[in-house]
Amino acid sequence: MLMKNFDAKENYIATREAIGYVSRNKSNESVYEKLGFKSGLEIHQQLHTDKKLFCRCPVGLYRDGDDYDAELIRHMRPTLSELGEYDGTALMEFRTKKNIYYRIKDESACTYDIDDTPPFPINKNALDIAIEVGLLLGASIVGELHITRKQYLDGSIPAGFQRTAIVGVGGEIPISNKKIGIIQLSIEEDSCREVSDIGHDRVYTTDRLGTPLIESVTQPHMTTPDEVAEAAHYLRFLVRSTGKMRTGIGAAREDVNVSITGGTRVEIKGVAHIRWIPELTHIEAFRQKALLIISDILKKKYKSADNWAISSTPIDTASLKITGGPLALIRAQKYNVTAVNLPGFQGILSHFTQPGKTFGNELSDRLKVIACLEKPNHVHSEQFTVEDNAPVISDEHWKVIRRELKSKDGDAQMLIWGDERDTKTALETIEERCRMAFDGVPNETRKALTNGTTLFERVLPGADRMYPDTDSAPIPIEEEQIGKIREILPVSVENRLEQLKQWSIPTDTYRFILKKNLVWLIENIISDYDLPPKFIGTFFGHTLRFVERTVTPSAEFNYYAIYGLFKFIHNAGLHHNISSLMMPELYAHPKMVFDSILDVVGYKKRSKSDILKHVPDLRKKFAEIGITKTAPAEINWIMGHLRKIAIGNVSLKELSDAVAGEVKS
Amino acid sequence: MSDLFKGYKGEALAALKKFNVRVWSEAQIKTTRGNFEGIILPRSENDDERHIVLKLITGYNIGITVETITGMKEEGYKEAHYKIPEKDFPYSPEKPNVKLFGTGGTIASRLDYRTGAVIPAFSPGELYGAVPELADICNLTTEKLFAVFSENMGPQQYTTLAKAIGKEIENGIDGVVIGHGTDTMHHTAAALSYMIQNPPVPIVVVGSQRSSDRPSSDAALNLMHACKTAAESDIAEVLVCMFGPTSDKYGLLHRGTRVRKMHSSYRSTFRTIGDIPLATVDRQEIKLIKQDYNLRRKDKKAKITPVFEERVALVYYYPNMQPDIIDSLVANGYKGIVIAGTGLGHVNKPVYPAIERATKAGVAIYMTVQTLWGYVHMFVYDTGRDLMAKGIIPSENLLPEVAYVKLGWALGQTADLEKVKELMLTPVNGDITEREPYDGYLIFQGGTPEIKEFLKSNLR
Repeated sequence: MLMKNFDAKENYIATREAIGYVSRNKSNESVYEKLGFKSGLEIHQQLHTDKKLFCRCPVGLYRDGDDYDAELIRHMRPTLSELGEYDGTALMEFRTKKNIYYRIKDESACTYDIDDTPPFPINKNALDIAIEVGLLLGASIVGELHITRKQYLDGSIPAGFQRTAIVGVGGEIPISNKKIGIIQLSIEEDSCREVSDIGHDRVYTTDRLGTPLIESVTQPHMTTPDEVAEAAHYLRFLVRSTGKMRTGIGAAREDVNVSITGGTRVEIKGVAHIRWIPELTHIEAFRQKALLIISDILKKKYKSADNWAISSTPIDTASLKITGGPLALIRAQKYNVTAVNLPGFQGILSHFTQPGKTFGNELSDRLKVIACLEKPNHVHSEQFTVEDNAPVISDEHWKVIRRELKSKDGDAQMLIWGDERDTKTALETIEERCRMAFDGVPNETRKALTNGTTLFERVLPGADRMYPDTDSAPIPIEEEQIGKIREILPVSVENRLEQLKQWSIPTDTYRFILKKNLVWLIENIISDYDLPPKFIGTFFGHTLRFVERTVTPSAEFNYYAIYGLFKFIHNAGLHHNISSLMMPELYAHPKMVFDSILDVVGYKKRSKSDILKHVPDLRKKFAEIGITKTAPAEINWIMGHLRKIAIGNVSLKELSDAVAGEVKS
Repeated sequence: MSDLFKGYKGEALAALKKFNVRVWSEAQIKTTRGNFEGIILPRSENDDERHIVLKLITGYNIGITVETITGMKEEGYKEAHYKIPEKDFPYSPEKPNVKLFGTGGTIASRLDYRTGAVIPAFSPGELYGAVPELADICNLTTEKLFAVFSENMGPQQYTTLAKAIGKEIENGIDGVVIGHGTDTMHHTAAALSYMIQNPPVPIVVVGSQRSSDRPSSDAALNLMHACKTAAESDIAEVLVCMFGPTSDKYGLLHRGTRVRKMHSSYRSTFRTIGDIPLATVDRQEIKLIKQDYNLRRKDKKAKITPVFEERVALVYYYPNMQPDIIDSLVANGYKGIVIAGTGLGHVNKPVYPAIERATKAGVAIYMTVQTLWGYVHMFVYDTGRDLMAKGIIPSENLLPEVAYVKLGWALGQTADLEKVKELMLTPVNGDITEREPYDGYLIFQGGTPEIKEFLKSNLR
C-alpha cells in the first residue's frame, strides 16, 4: 500500500496552533483563566544546624562526586503501606531494576546514612527552627511529632525512605492580591546528590544526605505563573527572616504542582531558582492542554483504550535486505531490533506538547526511566528533530518496517533495540503510556529543565508511600517549648504595621509597602546589610513608588532585584545613598548588571577628604556670585555642587556637617 | 467496647469517650493550637496517655495533645486492614521442595499497632506476594512453629525445631530454611548443629537486619539466597545465610557452629570466627570457599538428639569478679558453667576456691576465650595450670556461646561428667578445628593506608 509522506514538522506547528499555544510574554491573565491554571508550591529549605537530623555527622561538607572513601550497592523493593497498599511509584520504580551505588566520604557520612544503624534522637535544634517557621506561617503546631517514612525507590535515600514528620498544618501567607493557604509544614532529612544515571546504574553521593530540611506546602491557590513565583519569593523570605536557614547552591529548592481544568496535578521537581517557575508552569499548563486534546482525538477514533493495542515484531535487518544506514550499525552492536506499530497514532507522535517537544518525547522519557533504554536506542516514525545522535531511518526502511508490521494508513511506528529484558519492559512502557493518552494527563513528577520544559521523572507518589517509623517513638511538643520559641519569633505577618511604625518609616509609605507586600523584603535588607530602617523604608515608599510611576521597564521587573541591589552596594563598599540613583536604571533595565548601572549613573570612587578639597574653590566662587550671603545659603549652594560626586561615597549629612564646619570657621 | 478505642488509656481514652469518637473514624478536632482533620489511629501501648494519633490525608501521622482539645467530631469511619497480597505459591514438579519454618523475626513482618513495632507475617502466599522470585527457585511450603523474637528463643524452641526438621527429613524434603530473628541466630544454629547431626540436606537459618517493611531491606535477598542454598546446595549442614558485605552483592554460608553476630545493626553482621565461611551465594550461583563439608545424600536419615539441660550458665569474666558469682550458680543447682576468660583462658585468683567448690559439687566447668579468636591455652601461664588443676576443662576454640549450647546439649544426654567431656571435646561440624587458617582472623583496621585503598576499590 502506498502511503502519502507525512510531514511531522508541519504537524507539530499545526497542532501547536490548534491547542492555542502562546508564549509567556504574549500571555495575560485571561490566558490562564481560560486554561483553568492552578498551582501550588512545595518549598524545601535546609536548616542551619551543625549536625544532621538523625545522626551526628556534620552538615555542608560537599565534595565532588568522584572524591569518596568507599562505595556500596543497593536495590530497592516496594513494600506495603501502613494501610496495606502498594504505592504506584514504588511499583514502577521496581520495574526499572536499577543498581544504586552510594559513595561515602568519611567526613560527611556514617553508618546511619547508609542505613546500617537505626536513627539517633532527632536534632533538637532543627526541630526548634521548624516550630519557629510553623509559628511564622500561622500553622497549627502538632501535639506530638510522629516520624514517618516516606518511600523513595529511586534510591535517593539508601534506606529507601526519607524520615519526615509534620510540625504544623494549616496557616496562610499573603501575596499582593490574595491569601495563599498552607497545607502543612514538615521537617525531614535531605536526600543524596545524584552523580550519574546511565542505563541500569545510578550513582549517588551521600554528603548532603540527612541535612535537616523543612518543607512548606501551599494550597493550589495560585492562578497565574507570576503568582507562583511571588508566593515562592514570599515563602523564601519568610523562612529566611529567622536567620536560621542554610544558603548557597541547593540550600533552597522548589517543587511546583500544576494542573489545568480537566488535567491532573503534575509535580515539577527540583526547581533550583524561583525565576524559572513562571516559564515552567506556563509550559506545563499548555502541555496538559495538548494532552487533553490528544485524548479527544484518540477517543474519537477508538472510543476507549480498551479497543487499542500495540503490535510488535522482531526485525531481522539482514533478511529484510536492510543494508547500510543506522540499522546496519545497530545490528553490528548485536542488539535485537524490535519494531512496534501504534495504530492510529500518526500525527500523535509529532503532536506538540512543549516548545520543541512532542508526544514522542512522552514515550522516550519513560523508556529511559522505566526501561533503562537510553537514547539513541529508540526512534519513531515522526521524528523531525535530530537529537542525541538518534539515527535517521530512511523512508525506504520505514516502508519495509511498515510492511513487516502490517501497518495501516494512519498508524505510527517505533523501533527499539537493546537488552532483551529491557525490550520487554520497553514494550510494556510504550503500550502503557499510549493507553494513558486516552485519559489525558497522567499523574507524574517531572524534572525541570533550564529552558522551561520538563522531563518525565516518575509516577506521582500518593499517600500510600507513607509508613510510621518503627525505629522512633513519638516526640511530644509541649506548650512551654512553643512559648519559648514564640518569644524569639521575627516580626510576624500580622504585626508588620507595628513594625513599620517602630522603624520610624514615614506613614505615607505604609500603603504602598503593605499593598506590595514588601515588609519582609525590607526586613531582610535591613538585617542582612545592617542599614537604617528609616532610609530603606523611605526608599521603598518614596523612591521605588516614584520610579514605578515614571519609568517603563524594558523587561519584567522583580522586587527581589532590590535585595540584589543592596547586596551589590554592600559588597562593593558603596554608601547606600547611591541606591536612589541606581533604582531608576535598575527598574528600566532589569537585566543590566549592577556594574554597568554604576557607570550609567556616572559614579566615581572618591574619599571624603578628596571631596572636601573642592570646598575652598567653591567658597571663592560663592563669594563672587552668591546673592544671599548667609552661612546656610552658602552650605546649601556648596552641597548642591558636591552632591553628585559624594553620592555613593559618603553620607550627605556627614558631608554637609563637614562643609558647615569649614564655612563657619 | 474497649476495641473501639484500641490502645488508648487514661486522659486520651476519656477524651475519645467524651466526644464519642472511635478509632478509625474520620475526625475533625478543634484545639487551642488550631484545627486538625484526619483518621484516628490506634495508639501504641507503650506510648503516653496524653496524645491522640491522627493520620492526615497526606498520609502523615501526627499526635494531638489531649489537654489542648476543645472539640472533636466524627465525620466518617474507615478501618484499615493491613494485609500482604496473597497469591498461590506456584508448584512445578521439576523444582526442589523446600520447607520454611517460621520462628518470628523480621524476615517477613508487618506493623503492630499495639506496640508500634513490627510483627512477623508469614505464609507461602504472603511470601510469594512479597518476594515472587522465590517461585523461580523452589516449591515452598511453610509452617509457623512460633512467633517469638530472637531473644525469646530457648531450649524448648530448639528441641521443637529439631524434631520438626527431623520429621521433614524423614518425609524426604530437599532442603530446610528457618526464618529467625538475628540476635540469637547463632545460638539456634549451634543448637541445631548438635541436635541434628549428619543430615542429608541443607538446613539454612536466615533472617534480616533491616525489617522487610522497608525498601532497602536485606530480607528478600537473604530469603532468596537461603532458599537457593536449601534447594540446590550440596552442603548438608546447619548453615547461617546472611549478607556478606553490606552491599546487595552476595550472602555468606556460615557453619552453624562457628558463626557469630558481630554488629548490633549492620547488614553484614554475621561472621565466621576463627575459620572461613563455607561458600558465597548470590542469585546466580553458590560458590564454594571450603571443600570439606558434609555432602548432600539421597537417604532420609539424620541423627536427631533433641535434648537440652537448662541449668547451664555462660559467665563472662571481668577483673575483680567475686567468687560468690560462681557459688550462687552452684547453690542454685546449675550443672554446667562455661566461662569466657581473658586472654588464653584466665580468671583471677579470688575465684579459684569457688571453682574448686563447684567441681567438687559435680558441676562441669569449661573455659573459652572472650577474645573470640584463638584457642584456649592453659599451659602457657601458671594461672592456666592452676585452673586446670582445680577442674576447669579448656574447650579448644569453641566459641563461648557455642560452648554454652554444646554443654547444655551434652548435659541433656548424660550426668556422667566423663561422657560429657567426651561429647564436649569431640568436634562437630567444625565447632573445634585442628588448625586456624591464616585468614581465619581478619579484623581490618580502618584508617590505615592499605585498608583505605581496599575500601575505595571494593564495594562495601
